Amino acid sequence: MNDKVSQKIVDIIQNYARQHSLWVLAYGTGCGAIEIPPTMTSRYDAERLGVRGAATPRQADVLLITGYLTTKTLKRVIRVYEQMQDPKYVIGFGSCTINGGMYFDSYNTIKALDRYLPVDVYINGCMPRPEAVLKGFAKLQKLIQAGKADGSKKYKENLDWYRANQKEVIPVWRMPEFNW
Amino acid sequence: MEEILHYTWGAVVSFVLAFAVGITYMGLNRKVTARVQNRIGPPWYQNFLDVLKLGSKKSAIHHGTMHHLGPAFLMVTSVMSLLIIPILNDGKFFPNLNFQGDLIFLIYIMTFGPLGMALGAGQTGNPNSAIGVTRGLAQMAGFEIPWVMALVALMIQFKTTSIVDLMNVQAETGRWLMFSSPFAFIAAIMAMFGMFRYSPFDIVGAPSELASGPMSENGGKYLFTMMSSGSVFTFAKLTLYTDLFLGGADNLLVLIAKTFVLYMIPVLYGLVSPRYRTEQAVRWFWGWPSFFGLLAILQASFF
Repeated sequence: MNDKVSQKIVDIIQNYARQHSLWVLAYGTGCGAIEIPPTMTSRYDAERLGVRGAATPRQADVLLITGYLTTKTLKRVIRVYEQMQDPKYVIGFGSCTINGGMYFDSYNTIKALDRYLPVDVYINGCMPRPEAVLKGFAKLQKLIQAGKADGSKKYKENLDWYRANQKEVIPVWRMPEFNW
Repeated sequence: MEEILHYTWGAVVSFVLAFAVGITYMGLNRKVTARVQNRIGPPWYQNFLDVLKLGSKKSAIHHGTMHHLGPAFLMVTSVMSLLIIPILNDGKFFPNLNFQGDLIFLIYIMTFGPLGMALGAGQTGNPNSAIGVTRGLAQMAGFEIPWVMALVALMIQFKTTSIVDLMNVQAETGRWLMFSSPFAFIAAIMAMFGMFRYSPFDIVGAPSELASGPMSENGGKYLFTMMSSGSVFTFAKLTLYTDLFLGGADNLLVLIAKTFVLYMIPVLYGLVSPRYRTEQAVRWFWGWPSFFGLLAILQASFF
């Protein structure tokens, strides 16, 4: 067996495991955080799909940005995202992460999340209901299975562009260097 | 040479068996928890997928040497206790490194892993880890007392410190130690609640309060090592309880039945009990469990 075929088989097995075991860091940035408890508990029971909460960024696979991001919170979110271990995915949750939503003319929230972090899946709505959240997870699972959820790779390749955008809205940049 | 091969092969087979059974038990635990909470719950093989995923994650964390060694210490502890505890009665397929005094050695080695993990968690510099470690060690000081009392009672009663001798006693008299020294059994079972760290004694790794405590800086391959060692250790502990109190097992099916019944005791007790604070947990362990341990020692010395 040559290397390419064996790598392909390993990829299929690993992607299967990654797809069915998503540990979510539900970063409660905005009002969307209120939709996470019903998604995780008895009513909608996300655990049956392998989705469960992670306690710290080190253990998490998915970063869930729930709602609007103020520039102050963005700094923390970037820090959290860079602490997570590869492979990692980002889900933008709610209209605010897509175009600013009802905060489109606010002076201290960011409007489009994917200028600052690579987003794999968007869930639109204000608020998206738990069904929509589950559908977003299903979409992410499909992307992982196809090997197309490569946001972290994009982030590494275009780090300069992301950094420039981030430093535009965060004037006081005192952060540890991106070092892996 | 043949003997060495026999022992090596036995160690590998028992490790694989312990890993598979332990991790299935943990998956079943999640399923049972889900059914009690009126959920469907993950499939029973969910923990296999979790372990596979954690093993395939990249790790780019460096906090120092001790941080890397912490999960390794846990693994060493699990494998060492697994190799000392006899898995089946005749010991033909699963040879173990049994010797006179292994029960005392086991008491020491079972605390070695958590201590190594404590050093590793300390080096990460995460305050949650430090708080988790202090709580975990305080809780260990709680449940070790009834646990050691129960074992000392057995040692006094049968004048031996070997697990195999205790199993032979049960085979000769035909009575399980569960019935011939009931107080020791009760004390040991109550100590088991603390050993498994399920609710109500799960404040050590409380996810939303302490950010999972000692393992809060460990992701990916560290968690992979910790989860696999945890599953091996679960199987080892349950087998030890079966050997000591339930007369061991003649074949694997009996072993799995007995260990599963034992495993369900802390799981089901945890499902109906809210979490204790550290001082409440320690007070609990130094209350009735220690009292039963004392009764066991009195029974062993005077009857």
